[in-house]
Amino acid sequence: MAVDLRSRLAHVELPNPILTASGCAGAGRELSQFFDVAKIGAVVTKSVMLAPRSGRPTPRMAETPSGMLNSIGLQGPGIDAFLQRDLPWLLSRGARAVVSIAGGTVDEYAELAARLSDASGVTAVEVNISCPNVEDRGQVFACDPGASAAVIDVVRARVRYDIPVFAKLSPDVTDIVAIAGACVAAGADGLSMINTLLGMAIDTMTLRPALAGVTGGLSGPAIRPVAVRCIWQVHEAFPDVPIIGMGGVRTGLDALELMLAGAATVSVGTAIFHDPSACPRIVRELEEELASRGIERATDVVGLAHDPGPLTGQRRPGGGS
Amino acid sequence: MTADPAEPGGAPGPAQVKGTVLTVRRVDAYHAMTVIAPGVAARFRPGQFVAVAVGGPETSMLLRRAFSIHQVRPDHGGTVEFVFAVTGPGTRWLSERRTRDTLDVAGPLGRPFPVPRDPVNALLVGGGYGSAPLFALGDRLRGRGCAVDYLLGAASVDRVFGALTARRSGRSAVIATEDGSLGARGKVTDLLAQVIHEARTDVIYACGPMGMLRTVTALARRYDIPVQALVEESMACGTGVCMTCVLPVVGEDGVTRMTRSCVDGPVFRGDLVRWDDVGTVPFEALGAPGWKPRPQAKPQPQPQPQPPARPQGGGGRQPGRRAAGRGQPGRRRSGPAAGRSGHGR
Repeated sequence: MAVDLRSRLAHVELPNPILTASGCAGAGRELSQFFDVAKIGAVVTKSVMLAPRSGRPTPRMAETPSGMLNSIGLQGPGIDAFLQRDLPWLLSRGARAVVSIAGGTVDEYAELAARLSDASGVTAVEVNISCPNVEDRGQVFACDPGASAAVIDVVRARVRYDIPVFAKLSPDVTDIVAIAGACVAAGADGLSMINTLLGMAIDTMTLRPALAGVTGGLSGPAIRPVAVRCIWQVHEAFPDVPIIGMGGVRTGLDALELMLAGAATVSVGTAIFHDPSACPRIVRELEEELASRGIERATDVVGLAHDPGPLTGQRRPGGGS
Repeated sequence: MTADPAEPGGAPGPAQVKGTVLTVRRVDAYHAMTVIAPGVAARFRPGQFVAVAVGGPETSMLLRRAFSIHQVRPDHGGTVEFVFAVTGPGTRWLSERRTRDTLDVAGPLGRPFPVPRDPVNALLVGGGYGSAPLFALGDRLRGRGCAVDYLLGAASVDRVFGALTARRSGRSAVIATEDGSLGARGKVTDLLAQVIHEARTDVIYACGPMGMLRTVTALARRYDIPVQALVEESMACGTGVCMTCVLPVVGEDGVTRMTRSCVDGPVFRGDLVRWDDVGTVPFEALGAPGWKPRPQAKPQPQPQPQPPARPQGGGGRQPGRRAAGRGQPGRRRSGPAAGRSGHGR
């Protein structure tokens, strides 16, 4: 049975629901050595800032059980080089580009949004609000509904009307539904979740923190249950708001789980480090899993787990797996 | 020197293959693993590496382990051999693989050693199993009419990799061990000046711990000998997307950038790496707090008592102020054993 994998990012149609996660695929160029970047739903680029940025000292990474900690510090070339070099390259390959932006002040986000509006070929904008707000004692935007809304408001106002704006939420908050609500009220067309969780590891040989930046973002399959929970809660509260789900997706089954919780599309992040061709593999696996369940359209499973009615899949006796 | 960069789009890029393990053999303190990986072997040039997934399909170890390729052979459609030390659960799992097990291998990755056009005297310096990638390079250099001398060293005899090969294939081979259990007592860097004189070295290729590479580069500078250094920074992906394996490298334009060792290296011109600043972000590196975009056309150099502009090109290496954050040099593990531990634990 052929499965219709076409999916939607707000009003934009994608050939399938599998995207890269920001920061795990650069701007697609490196991964194009392993697969055709036009064959996946979209490439979500590494968060770009206004100016070039050197990032943090090394060590920047530590492996943890079924996960990793990273403290890269948003190293990147800045918006000028991105627009000049990276975006045109992605478009020349026929790929769809979801551009992730990050800033230290509301004005920086606004300026980035304006710059992107002038560029052609941007499929959507993902706003990385998990950045410290330099105007508010380094408080992370995504941890405060007001600051999150302020950023989304200026970005939505400046990004061209036909380009959807997604707010990327942090799971490190008491009430993610409140932040989601603030972003939606500020004009976000959709939500991306989840960003990494703040974690830390100590090297027991050197007896010091494993990362030069001390703390880092935890990603990988270890955090998938947190992602499922966040997507579930937000989809429950805002069933009409499209969600790009991410967090520990490694297989087609994992992608299906996030979609069942309410994700319209699914981004693959840390799994790419393990398997550079993870994205096209997950597209294939998802198609097989849907076909084996007799599901004809990928969009049919989005949020399906919320539906109390008769299920297409069978419940397993005893629950666990 | 001719650099032949393995640019995506230019030379054929890496392959990701399900390889079959042919042999895993113990070589003193190390393990050497040969994997049937045709797509990888066919494209290999000395200095390139493979990134290997460890732990099997359901593994909890997500990061690939990167290993320099020791040699490739045409048997079975193409085999790749790499050398590793067991330093953690990932490499222990690898050491427990047996013939006919499968292994997910991506490669060949990174820029290879550039080789000179003219027949020159090349000195190949290896610390620990950092010598592994040097023998294929030695063969290639000999094929170009170069004289190849080896200088290998390690803590003890069981940690010198390839002493016999070096002696058999090199014009000369000098071995140094810190405990004197093989060859001269001491470090390779203690013997470097003497070997350079005796071998009339024109160019040095080096691979080993960061500390060794730093000293080799500093000594070679005295003799005005170019160094090509293969670094083994800690990597998560090996393919250029994770940005964890960066080190400060001075570009052609004199600007220091946090440069990925997986795609822009692992081979760097020694004099362009800011060895003393590895593990930090130099204050004036591109995008660091002290970086200032250069005006396109400078009307006049400002006579201000400010930190001097970075020297151009083969730039000197001012220590540079440490960037904000945790950049103390002391934090860097720099012992001979620890220096290598980042690469593929």
